Amino acid sequence: MEHGTTAEPEQRPQTADGDYRRSPREEERRQFRRARDRRNRWTAALCTIAFVAAVAAATVASPGWERVHALFLDGAEFRHALPEVLDGFWLNVRMFLIAEVLILVLGLLVALVRVTRAPGLQPLRLAATVYVDVFRGVPTLLLVFLVGFGLPALRLQGTPSQPWVLGVIALVLSYTAYVAEVLRAGLESVHPAQRNAARALGLSTPQALRYVVLPQAVRNVLPPLLNDFIALQKDTALVAVLGPLEALRAAQIKADYDFNYTPYLAAALLFIAVTVPLTRVADRLQRRAAQRAWTETGR
Amino acid sequence: MSEALLRIRGLRKSYDSRLVLRSVDLDVAEHQVVCLIGGSGSGKSTLLRCVDLLDVVDDGTVHLGDTELTDPRLDADLVRRRIGIVFQAYNLFPHLSVLDNITLAPRRVHRVPRAQAEETARELLDRLGLADKAADHPERLSGGQQQRAAIARALATGPELLLLDEITSALDPGLVGEVLDVVTDLKQRGMTILMATHEMGFARHAADRVCFLEDGVVREQGTAEQVLTDPRHPATRRFLSRVLDR
Repeated sequence: MEHGTTAEPEQRPQTADGDYRRSPREEERRQFRRARDRRNRWTAALCTIAFVAAVAAATVASPGWERVHALFLDGAEFRHALPEVLDGFWLNVRMFLIAEVLILVLGLLVALVRVTRAPGLQPLRLAATVYVDVFRGVPTLLLVFLVGFGLPALRLQGTPSQPWVLGVIALVLSYTAYVAEVLRAGLESVHPAQRNAARALGLSTPQALRYVVLPQAVRNVLPPLLNDFIALQKDTALVAVLGPLEALRAAQIKADYDFNYTPYLAAALLFIAVTVPLTRVADRLQRRAAQRAWTETGR
Repeated sequence: MSEALLRIRGLRKSYDSRLVLRSVDLDVAEHQVVCLIGGSGSGKSTLLRCVDLLDVVDDGTVHLGDTELTDPRLDADLVRRRIGIVFQAYNLFPHLSVLDNITLAPRRVHRVPRAQAEETARELLDRLGLADKAADHPERLSGGQQQRAAIARALATGPELLLLDEITSALDPGLVGEVLDVVTDLKQRGMTILMATHEMGFARHAADRVCFLEDGVVREQGTAEQVLTDPRHPATRRFLSRVLDR
């Protein structure tokens, strides 16, 4: 069955067999279910309202509420700060998009190197393994510091000097290690029989990988992959420590200047505005993947 | 004999826009074995799923003894405790040993003490020829052994009614016999069984009644002898000639 069977009976179209009429018993059952659903919706709504009201009351009643309200929730300050923070936020979005493309390409390369078995590639495999181990082990913020201050200090020809570029390099180094591992798990999740079937059709090993294994691997790991993207989107704020005028840095400057923390709230809202839709997409993909897994294994 | 243990009246069920069961009437008396036959997609599995409340019916009623199973006020879990079901794909829990698969429901649902649950389980395994497999995980068992373990799991809670959904369809031909022997043994012990099956030979010697499902209704039903050797309805004849003359 392709679709789930969770649809309400009421919504199910009746098939054409002309003389069928619902029995009184069935009508009575439907009425009971409708009443129960209605009751459940009311219960859900009332519980939610009560919960939100309790949290709001507890917050407002807290002793420091007056101060917090003035320091974090200043409407005028918010309106004043938002344009500047938004300007900074565009840099976050740019960093995210550039880093994302690089991470996908490099992550795939590292993953592919790690799943190859050719003996000649042993040094590459070793390098990829060491790379993943090291860069997954180092906190991303620490990496931003190391790359941001360490790379220019080498005084090599052609090294970039803009802080945001250095920040992107650090993020790419860190996240490529994670994404490579996710993709590798995906590659290994494809059943060997699939590869064999492709090889039996005469596809070469790279062709089997390109046309049969990789598409399934990506499909399998799309949800965790998207989770990493969401984390990356937030972590672009770590680059603030190197000084480029992105959202957090812009908010920080404004907050220091006005002695008010509302600009931070503005920055937080901007991040949420991007990550929440991404999260919903990830959830939807995850649900679809789960349903596919059920239909593939039978019910 | 008064009323049958399981009574199905006017059962109707569709998935999305596909009408699977149009109006099914069927009785299973206590200690009877009733076999459902019919082509794939004829609704045999759907019928069993509706009886076990795994699917909500669109219309009609199902009674088990004095209880109307299709009553929406009913706690489905309480009913399912009275019914055992075995699936085509075994559906044993792969992370549990055979013994733990069998004792899970008695211990967690029926609150039977561990020692007692395990004793019952071992007796069952012994009867089903799996005494030495209790500690193994399902993956170590053959298909026939897994299916017998699944039957033991369904029996462990002492159900009044056993539903068997094409339990031999996923098995190698050589392993079908050992599973059907278990069903014959259950019949002799007086178990009430409703089973969907493609094994016509088995249906002929083990079933008290055979029901032929077609186009969402019971086209023909009667004693195994009558339906399988002297079918009245042309659709039954067509179906039987297709499955028997291979």
